[in-house]
Amino acid sequence: MTILCVEGFKKHFFIHHLNKRISAVNEVNFTVEKGEFMGIVGKSGSGKSTILKSIYRSYLPDEGAIIYDSDFFGAIDLCKATEREMVYLRKHEIGYVSQFLNVMPRITARQLVENALLEIGVDKKTAKSRAAEALHHFELDRSLWDTYPNTFSGGEKLRLNIAIATVKKPRLLLLDEPTASLDDRSKIKVREMIQKLKQDGTTLIGIFHDLQFMDGLCDKVYTMEIKDKVGVE
Amino acid sequence: MFEAPLLQVKNLSKIYGPTCPKCRTAEKETLIKNYCASCRTVHACRDISFDLFEGEILGIVGESGSGKSTLMQCLYFDQEATTGEMILNHETDMDENLLTVSARKKRFIRNNKFGMVYQNPIYGLKMDYSAISNVAEKMIAAGNRNVREMEEKGNELLQKVNIPSFRVKDAPEQFSGGMQQRVQIAKALSNHPPILFLDEITTGLDLSVQANVLDLMKDIQVEFGVSMIVVSHDLAVIRMLADRTLVMLDGKVIEEGLTDQILEDPQHAYTQQLVYSLI
Repeated sequence: MTILCVEGFKKHFFIHHLNKRISAVNEVNFTVEKGEFMGIVGKSGSGKSTILKSIYRSYLPDEGAIIYDSDFFGAIDLCKATEREMVYLRKHEIGYVSQFLNVMPRITARQLVENALLEIGVDKKTAKSRAAEALHHFELDRSLWDTYPNTFSGGEKLRLNIAIATVKKPRLLLLDEPTASLDDRSKIKVREMIQKLKQDGTTLIGIFHDLQFMDGLCDKVYTMEIKDKVGVE
Repeated sequence: MFEAPLLQVKNLSKIYGPTCPKCRTAEKETLIKNYCASCRTVHACRDISFDLFEGEILGIVGESGSGKSTLMQCLYFDQEATTGEMILNHETDMDENLLTVSARKKRFIRNNKFGMVYQNPIYGLKMDYSAISNVAEKMIAAGNRNVREMEEKGNELLQKVNIPSFRVKDAPEQFSGGMQQRVQIAKALSNHPPILFLDEITTGLDLSVQANVLDLMKDIQVEFGVSMIVVSHDLAVIRMLADRTLVMLDGKVIEEGLTDQILEDPQHAYTQQLVYSLI
């Protein structure tokens, strides 16, 4: 069953002050089946992140369609979905993980994971136990649970990030170079985590710089090519 | 639409001045920003429409003079909107344009359905009354006459916003700016309104106090499920609090979107300038 279908997708940025048009991606087409892990590879600047951010709607897509098969809405074009529909999907169905942890400061790791659940209406007691379970699952050191994440190492932040994104059991998880700043040992852990998520039936789309890492993990690979980038309108 | 909005605002305008044929036209291209030079009319809010949903925090950003505060004051009936509609879908009062109802009904809505926190606590508090009387004032306005109940509720709310219990009988004029702001928040919450309007509530506070106030707002949203409209010129505040954001310029909404999209992929020239000015 196809969960995501990207058709004729294009995205450009227009910078008014420079009167410049920057083409980020041109004509992307792919489909992802339910439970699959698709890797996106390509040179730096080929628009890998642009695709993920457009699926998550951090970027506003401008042409083409991104048809997502939602549990709640049925087939929905993420290019045209309303903002409230996107807020719902982000809360309940689509997760996004990058190497950066972008959260409210002064909130402990445990609370961050709990809040993700409270936001979608899970009761306090269940949220508490599921949060602990998630932190344990992704092997965040127990001594860190009740501290602020700004002191965490890159690997710890990433594991917390993944815990926050996956505790709600998203159907589709977008991984934007999560391993970029990690050492080999941490990368192996991320690999194991991805395997666990796959076993749970989560559909994943990931960008990873090193092809070695992707080897044997991906069900399929989409390769991005660089097109002419800058034009003036 | 898979959900009904809690508050709908349609084509709201606020005009100060007589208007003339030049600035009454639909395009209003003759205006200098929001000002008509020939009849000296200020078009403070122009044709503003948006929806607010249950439990959501909606951010409004824009430079000084873009009409953010005027919009909030029109919504809270501090000022009369020139034209437009406001419809609240909460319990009984449905499908009625609240901008044109009787003063009595407006007062009822204001006291029971809305809470407001002003940038300047002078507008929201009686500075020489005790903190707890200030909180009680809103409950009295809503028709409560049970002193014990009001005192209990007042103490509970002031405790919630971290005003120490030995200071609840002191007047806000003896409080710091951050404390005054928190008393305003307690007051705004006193009747469990479904909607809160927050106008630049962290402006002028130092960073750690700002942080306290923001944490409190986030807590309140999670705990009470209140919808909020947060006006700020500080993008960091909006980023932390709001799911969706409107950008205002010269009295108009020029862009709206998911907050991270506004910050990462701004479309309008002004929004780009605003976002690229960060850091």
